[in-house]
Amino acid sequence: MLELKNIHSYYGTTQALFGIDIEIHAGEMVSLLGRNGMGKTTTVRSILGLTRPRQGTVTFQGRDIFGAPPYRIAQMGIGLVPEGRQIFPTLTVRENLVATAYRGKNGRRPWTPADIYELFPVLAQRTRQPGSRLSGGEQQMLAIGRALMTHPKLLILDEATEGLAPRVRAQIWDCLENLKSAGLSILVIDKHLDALTRICDRHYIIEKGRIVWRGDSFKLKADPAVRQDYLGV
Amino acid sequence: MSMQLWVVQTLNGLQLGVMLFLMSAGLTLVFGIMNLINLAHGSLYMLGAYLAATFQALTGSFFIACLLAVPLVMGIGMLMEMSILRRLYDRDHLDQVLATFALILFFNELVRMTWGPQAYFMAIPESLSGTVEILPGIPYPAYRLTIVLAGSGVAVGLYLFIGRTRLGMIIRAGATHREMVGALGVNIKLLYTFVFGMGAAMAGFAGMMAGPILSVETGMGEPIMILAFVVIVIGGIGSVRGAFAAAVLVGVADTFGRILLPPALSSMAIYILMAGVLCFRPQGLFPAHG
Repeated sequence: MLELKNIHSYYGTTQALFGIDIEIHAGEMVSLLGRNGMGKTTTVRSILGLTRPRQGTVTFQGRDIFGAPPYRIAQMGIGLVPEGRQIFPTLTVRENLVATAYRGKNGRRPWTPADIYELFPVLAQRTRQPGSRLSGGEQQMLAIGRALMTHPKLLILDEATEGLAPRVRAQIWDCLENLKSAGLSILVIDKHLDALTRICDRHYIIEKGRIVWRGDSFKLKADPAVRQDYLGV
Repeated sequence: MSMQLWVVQTLNGLQLGVMLFLMSAGLTLVFGIMNLINLAHGSLYMLGAYLAATFQALTGSFFIACLLAVPLVMGIGMLMEMSILRRLYDRDHLDQVLATFALILFFNELVRMTWGPQAYFMAIPESLSGTVEILPGIPYPAYRLTIVLAGSGVAVGLYLFIGRTRLGMIIRAGATHREMVGALGVNIKLLYTFVFGMGAAMAGFAGMMAGPILSVETGMGEPIMILAFVVIVIGGIGSVRGAFAAAVLVGVADTFGRILLPPALSSMAIYILMAGVLCFRPQGLFPAHG
């Protein structure tokens, strides 16, 4: 579904990615692991065209999206839940959901705000509140809802549960599992290995801009050395 | 002071206020969303006046002139955005000021070459040339009253557009999280061109309405631009609501300053007002970025 090959990205003159290869198949949930500053967010930005890679290929559903503007890539079906949530603070909860929502003609039933409220009932009570008033957990739920409303085929979550209470975290993981079983492909960045090895199919570990390890959950659980070397756990 | 003077001057203040609003709404959106200081906004005001005056002379109808001039100024604004201003968004403010100042010189010269150096005449439409008795015994020019009503109408329309429509939501979202709006599938470039065109249309409309009561001449946009900048600073940069409140405040303060204060002070009235507001609310009356 999504394939990154030999991606090299820079911030100004500083190279951040050195030939990243990542592949995500339809219906798969894949994690991208690594310590801070190793290039996880840059990888996400490179997929969406927010940071334009200098070299490499990116294909999504068989189409070349390398160098395309972010809005095109998003329209093709990649939904982003960004680091820091980036909720629109001056828009209400409902407006956050509908402002950038997908309006399809192809008969596929789009996500509606009601579906999102069903997924995250706590948002239903706050539809008219501005985004800036929400707690961190509510903002994350809203960010996921907002991304779903764009009708993604692939959902990318950069720091899915960072700074959230355990109870909220569990809710987010449940939600992602449900979305996955409904057929959505998911790329998730997070630090909670236990949850990730439980719900993800495969994992990539990034270190200083390179993919240094890849494999399934079974292999990751069985390899404490990898976890210690690259993830510090 | 007589009741009549109060009422008439309040309306004059409102009339200046809505004119300032039409100018500053576009300015504040462009400044707040695209982070662009556009000194040449006054040129669009001037073009609105000249084009409307020309169409009025050709067709004999003020209203047809309005229907032609406003979309035309909007189109010119959009072309200006696509060809020149778009390249300035990522530059610093000094570059923007220099480039848009050059545009002022360009448009002033273009107008001088096209319409000649002398002021161009624009008549008040016949149907609005009389006076209206707004209160018993207090007549007020119908055309000026029309400006107040039309300007207020545009303000309400803009408020509903920004507040209630999906495009308005995207514009508000883009004011704080431009990159995120793009990452969710919105073509930001197109959005910016549209927002700029909207601002241009309102400036053109203001110029057109001002045409019959002020003189239509080169450089007519500059004095009102200075006031419009005062308005957007008082209102809070990026806030349409703030621009409206501040425009009315400045319009009324300026009008009453002229009749109540000694001349030396009256010309400073709005700047004193600005200093006073900024003293207590450094972000303006309605900070757009919370």
